Amino acid sequence: MTLAFVVFAAAAVWTGYRVFRTDSMVRASFLLLASFLNVGAILVLMLAEYLGTALLFMMTVEMVVMALFMVMFMMNPAGLNPMEMVHQPRFAAAAGIGSAAALAAVALFGRFPANPVDPNAATIRALGSELLGGSMLVFESAGVTLLATMVCAVVLSSHRGRFGDGDEGSVAPPLEPGGDHRPEDDLVDDADGGHHMHHGGH
Amino acid sequence: MTLVTVLLVAAALIGIGVWGALSQQSFVMLMMGIEMMVNGAILAGGAFWAFTGGGAPKGQVLVIVAMAVMAVEMSIGFALVVAVYRARQVDMTEGVSSLRG
Repeated sequence: MTLAFVVFAAAAVWTGYRVFRTDSMVRASFLLLASFLNVGAILVLMLAEYLGTALLFMMTVEMVVMALFMVMFMMNPAGLNPMEMVHQPRFAAAAGIGSAAALAAVALFGRFPANPVDPNAATIRALGSELLGGSMLVFESAGVTLLATMVCAVVLSSHRGRFGDGDEGSVAPPLEPGGDHRPEDDLVDDADGGHHMHHGGH
Repeated sequence: MTLVTVLLVAAALIGIGVWGALSQQSFVMLMMGIEMMVNGAILAGGAFWAFTGGGAPKGQVLVIVAMAVMAVEMSIGFALVVAVYRARQVDMTEGVSSLRG
């Protein structure tokens, strides 16, 4: 039990760290999946079998979708070249270590009640009764929220809406009436200049 | 496996998530950092349910809400990536510096 926990915990943290250190973005998403699976295994060890299994199935699908996105959009999805795409690395590392240390201090010095779950209790049955009983509103709200999310995702990502282009309104108007010079032209001056393709006339 | 050890693992995961979300330039890698933070939060929630809540089912309901939040974050995040890419042909945070506050 203890050994299994140590293995899963070490694997969860190590794969989580490797997510942001690997060259390949597809590999990064599968490492994140591995981290989630190890957390799911820890949940199962803690007798939250339903949560652990749900996390396992959910994250498997989610990370495969993420890997697909990597292949579709990102440069260097396969990690054939070394990749270093970071900004403010020192500040980010300090913030990460600081927040982890603060939370660890809470874990070490906080005083929590000791009231462990009974290993023989029918926790999954209790959870089912709770979801369709006392916490029905929470459960249903989560369902409706996910439905709204699906609608929003389709609206955001669709190329054309019912009343025109999907990104109409997200393109800033020209600075002068009838002109072609837009505010973002002054802000974005990267080497690629790819955004100029969008509004044409350049 | 005690409450403290599991919470320490969760703290490490959240710290890794903060580091990743703040340091990565690619939108999708940034979202992975946020996912990692939720990962740690789920683990901490499960730990509190298992060691201090005495198996009260409402604790698991809270973790399920966290999972739903994660699914919402993922799909809206991907939709925003698609929308931004379509409008600007960028997949890096520096490419939309007109959003700088």
